[in-house]
Amino acid sequence: MNEIYTLKINGTEHQVKDAWVGESLLYVLRERLGLPGAKGACEQGECGSCTVFLDGSAVCSCLVLAASATESDIATVEGLQPDGSLTDVQQAFIDEGAVQCGFCTPGLVMAVHHLLDENPSPSELEVKEALSGNICRCTGYGRIFAAVDKVIADRNK
Amino acid sequence: MTVHIPHSLEEALELLDKDNSAALLSGGTDFMVEVNFNHRRPENVISLKQVNELSTWTIDSKKQHIFIGSGVTHHELETGTIAQYLPALAQASRTVGSPQIRAAGTIGGNLGTCSPAGDTLPVLSAMNATVHLASAHQSRSISFDEFMVGPKRSNRQPNEIITGVSVAVPNGWQGYAKVGVRNAMVISVASACLQVHNGEVSIALGSVGPTVIRCREAEKWANSLGAHPLSVSSDDAKHFGELVGSESRPIDDHRSTASYRRHAVGILATRLLQRSSQ
Repeated sequence: MNEIYTLKINGTEHQVKDAWVGESLLYVLRERLGLPGAKGACEQGECGSCTVFLDGSAVCSCLVLAASATESDIATVEGLQPDGSLTDVQQAFIDEGAVQCGFCTPGLVMAVHHLLDENPSPSELEVKEALSGNICRCTGYGRIFAAVDKVIADRNK
Repeated sequence: MTVHIPHSLEEALELLDKDNSAALLSGGTDFMVEVNFNHRRPENVISLKQVNELSTWTIDSKKQHIFIGSGVTHHELETGTIAQYLPALAQASRTVGSPQIRAAGTIGGNLGTCSPAGDTLPVLSAMNATVHLASAHQSRSISFDEFMVGPKRSNRQPNEIITGVSVAVPNGWQGYAKVGVRNAMVISVASACLQVHNGEVSIALGSVGPTVIRCREAEKWANSLGAHPLSVSSDDAKHFGELVGSESRPIDDHRSTASYRRHAVGILATRLLQRSSQ
């Protein structure tokens, strides 16, 4: 059965129509609402490339039943800077060469923002643990950690 | 498919009473994998995320008993103040998936899925936890060991919702240990929880049998050594590990072999007993 439901994403209400209600939030964002920032790879919560914020928690949007999130505040990578400019985390990823194919980048950017919002001065272990759910198969992580270190240093200047 | 979003336990139970085949959705970290891969397509889904009464934990004024609502997340168990009372549950929760999974997944979901590899389950068994269930008609409470009856099979009836779990705060040491192929994002190959409460050792194992296994013989032997914590010799700790290994009932599967699991869980038990006596 299909029904109409409304999702609040990046502060804006979006109606989802003519969609199967078993769809994941990731699918709805990308295929129904034209928000392709969150990436789909594993569809089972292993890779983190679909990370979004749900009521302030960083979660895998592939594991959220979209129709169950009608009362939640959803934030995606598109909402980090509504004017389209880059956040300090995104800029640091570019500056430090932390982007290669770029597929994992939106999920990692979300995970880094969430980490630094909760903990502005994380230890190396805390950074690694916070990013342990985001898989990158290009960089080997060294440049990603360098980008995180740059943000921490710049913010604490 | 229809998705229902009740705002109270009563409302959720009434919905479930009307359709016992409805799927109960908590964090979604197991359920959505099955839906995404077309392994499951229920007619009705009852989302429990807005049932606030399930998502809190409470401790009594004497700090001796804790009730954990089934909607409490692994993240809360890992990082909330509850972690200081139940350190093994915090350790086990920290090994679940990734931060994203822990932010969504709940202890009630771990119980509902009832996998032998469910990380919090050996902890609940070792703590002699009581599982609380409710239907539209009655509530009941059973021990964890009665609750889990097989791999992904529990004693929960189709018209029941797991409302929470209650445990006694241990007055001795407790810890959790797990073997997997990595440090993060890993389903356990073998796991164990050991706790000392009122001077008595209890130990339960995960991923080495069809259910979580309480090692009654190993416990009996360890408790014959005297009241814990005591200084356990390395030979005693090794013997304890052998007893625990012999009580495990592992199988060969895609994650490991039975012989490795039996060996590994014995090593975990040895280390846990040594840590408890330090």
